[in-house]
Amino acid sequence: MADEAIIDPAHDTGEGVRRRDFINIAAVSFAGVGGIAVLVPLISQMSPSADVLAESSTEIDISQIATGQAIKAIFRKQPVFIRNLTPAEIGEAQKVDVASLRDPQSLDDRTKPGKTNWLITMGVCTHLGCVPLGAGEGEVKGEFGGYFCPCHGSSYDTAARIRKGPAPKNLEVPPYEFTSDTVVKIG
Amino acid sequence: MSFPWANEYKPSHPFMQWMDEKLPLPRFVYNAVGAGYPVPRNLNYWYNFGILAGVCLMLQIITGVILAMHYAANQGVAFDSVEHIMRDVNWGWMMRYAHANGASAFFVVVYIHIFRGFLFGSYKAPREMIWLLGVTIFLLMMATAFMGYVLPWGQMSFWGAKVITGLFSAIPIVGEPLQQWLLGGFAPDNAALNRFFSLHFLLPFVILGVVILHIWALHIPGSTNPTGVEVKQESDTLPFHPYYTAKDGFGLGVFLLIYCAVLFFGPNMLGHPDNYIAADPLSTPAHIVPEWYFWPFYAILRAFTADFFFIPAKLMGVLAMFASILVWFFLPWLDTSPVRSSRYRPLLRKFVWFGLLPDVLILGYCGGSPAEAKFVLISQLGSLYYFLHFLVILPIVSSIEKPEPLPFSITESVLGKDDGAVLPANPAAA
Amino acid sequence: MVRLFGPLVGLFFAIALAWSFGVGAIQMINDPEPATAVQEFHLHPKEVHFSFNGAFGTFDRQQAQRGFQVYKEVCASCHSLKQVAFRDLMALGYSEPEVKAIAKQWATKAKTFDPKTGDAGERDNTPADRFPPVYYAGTGNPPDLSLMAKARHEGPEYIYSLLSGYQEQPAALIKKFPDSKVPDGLHYNPYFANLNIAMPPPLADGGVTYSDGTKASVDQQAQDVAAFLAWTAEPKMEKRKQTGWAVLGFLLAATILAYLAKKNVWANQH
Repeated sequence: MADEAIIDPAHDTGEGVRRRDFINIAAVSFAGVGGIAVLVPLISQMSPSADVLAESSTEIDISQIATGQAIKAIFRKQPVFIRNLTPAEIGEAQKVDVASLRDPQSLDDRTKPGKTNWLITMGVCTHLGCVPLGAGEGEVKGEFGGYFCPCHGSSYDTAARIRKGPAPKNLEVPPYEFTSDTVVKIG
Repeated sequence: MSFPWANEYKPSHPFMQWMDEKLPLPRFVYNAVGAGYPVPRNLNYWYNFGILAGVCLMLQIITGVILAMHYAANQGVAFDSVEHIMRDVNWGWMMRYAHANGASAFFVVVYIHIFRGFLFGSYKAPREMIWLLGVTIFLLMMATAFMGYVLPWGQMSFWGAKVITGLFSAIPIVGEPLQQWLLGGFAPDNAALNRFFSLHFLLPFVILGVVILHIWALHIPGSTNPTGVEVKQESDTLPFHPYYTAKDGFGLGVFLLIYCAVLFFGPNMLGHPDNYIAADPLSTPAHIVPEWYFWPFYAILRAFTADFFFIPAKLMGVLAMFASILVWFFLPWLDTSPVRSSRYRPLLRKFVWFGLLPDVLILGYCGGSPAEAKFVLISQLGSLYYFLHFLVILPIVSSIEKPEPLPFSITESVLGKDDGAVLPANPAAA
Repeated sequence: MVRLFGPLVGLFFAIALAWSFGVGAIQMINDPEPATAVQEFHLHPKEVHFSFNGAFGTFDRQQAQRGFQVYKEVCASCHSLKQVAFRDLMALGYSEPEVKAIAKQWATKAKTFDPKTGDAGERDNTPADRFPPVYYAGTGNPPDLSLMAKARHEGPEYIYSLLSGYQEQPAALIKKFPDSKVPDGLHYNPYFANLNIAMPPPLADGGVTYSDGTKASVDQQAQDVAAFLAWTAEPKMEKRKQTGWAVLGFLLAATILAYLAKKNVWANQH
């Protein structure tokens, strides 16, 4: 069908044919280009809208989090774990040989200098996106004392690094900064 | 069906041959809108509007499905969700303006398509079924457009819904319960908004189904043509492709130019400013008007101001408004002339061009104006002519009129002579 | 059947319409609709030139910023702007820190609600927030202004005319319509639909001090805030027109080609 569109059924011979064919090909090509151009807005309308992109930062008061406790907050509609590590947990995390890890990172890589006790990570398992247990009161922390994902059994250590199970990466550390000693701004 | 001289689909590529055996969809397309469909060779630009209506339907379905991804049908957030589309969604403003003006474009195209039918007698035998399906499509379009206009939940949306469903309350005895059933409440609210959204999403696909029947029915006798003389021989026709695909391509370009000029440079020209005010059940707009494409019918509705014997004016208005469209269903039997095209019907031609056309334009103007006495009086005369035209003038004209001589064939009308004529002269021409 | 009943139905409607027409016409002659003050004294918006008029028009950022200042210092105490977010102001040429500061210093704070304790509270606005709702306890219902420029015929001109159009009620009006004296608490404005508006004249010469040195006359402020509200109503206008020119240019070329192709195809047939 498509190639017949450009064949002039009543054409003559010689140069006239070429010019006519050219115009017909050009007209059909223009229609094609127009059709493809229309796809751009049709597709991009599904990307995050301006109001979603604008929800960029969250400020959280951490003054109430005692040593050894953790809270869940929300950043970009996803959970964030903010954990105040005990010295024992810090020691445990620092004792591990970084090179032996699946996703090699030290605790210092994952915290701010001088605030090593504040472990701030996304609460999204890097396997398939479940929320791991361990941040809430009384939840299992898994065999490495950090977080445990109940969906497929990924275990994270006290620096929220993947140690066992199917997850490929450590829990992601979102961009954040301390705006004061008691307030952290995520995003 | 097709004429015996129609080109036959002969796939050359092995894949297309394989496809033709398993699922002859390419053959179907070839015979429907391809080289396998012989069409009268004398179709003019009036005949572009069928394809254009199909384009409008697809445009509305595509933009509509996209808008539905971002719209929320809840009276608390509907208005804000439309503004969210206009401000935050990527290209959302374009999608919404394309859809809102697409509705207007669809009606412009369909009105011209219908008028083409009046001009060239497209409703006459053997094409009655095409016409009946067409009127059905038009009714479905009106329902869809009305419900779509409610969705932004602006002032006109809300009060339009209230007034139009209020029409049903004019029906004796069952009217009030019927209105409450339609709205799912005593006034438009969440229940009404949700069902209107659901039906507004559904009906276009019903329309698409009836459009397919409309085209199917068209392919049985084939297209009519400006002379109204039936196809007799191969020289009367040309294959749809490439002749009419090329002509429709050009027509589509002109249509899109006009449509896009409105969409990008006057997108609110055809809308009412009050619909940018969120719905407020406590305050009625100064005057409630529907969208422009309903104005002629709205004028007929408002034309009945005095009770007629025992029938209340309100009920008469509602009956007349529905009758003004239902009357089209009977057109094939009201017009008894043996000649199809108004080109050869001197009397009918005058009534269509100088009676019906200005009449509906005047009715439209009155329907869009405030309900002042002068506009009401004009719409009463306009409605009077409207009913007389279809129900009295048309039957009388078609029986007393002396048609002008018809060409022997389409070929003769195009070339001025028909050397290949093999059939006896058309009896209608005598 | 159709040919028998058709004309009967037609005549039925025709007679009913003739009856309505007759009744209406007699009524119009005997008892014509009285003229109203609105019919005679309501004025259409004044002519005014805005930079965004026309197919190539764009927003004047400087003017819109002045208009925003008028909105902030005058209108915002009664009128909300709830469809607009603070972040949107960046399109008017404000930098990110400026927008942050505007949001933070906005007088009406964002409301918070703690679902655990049920405590309601307040916090500073952020750029991601929309302008907070304004609760107005006085007489009248100040409408939201986000879409005002599209919610009236000739919206920007209307806003300008209304704000700069307050005047004494004409003596001629009282003379002709003695019952139409402006009710207490309302104000005469010929550009308002029913002539009497609840909003007191909001603008005064020098009521705001423009940082760009423009003289803040009532007329200037009214134009500026109308321009600002034109932007809040249709923030995508510039993109719309730009896209429109690209689309029309492409379509024009495509249509000319389609015409030539159509002529080619039909060359030997007509």
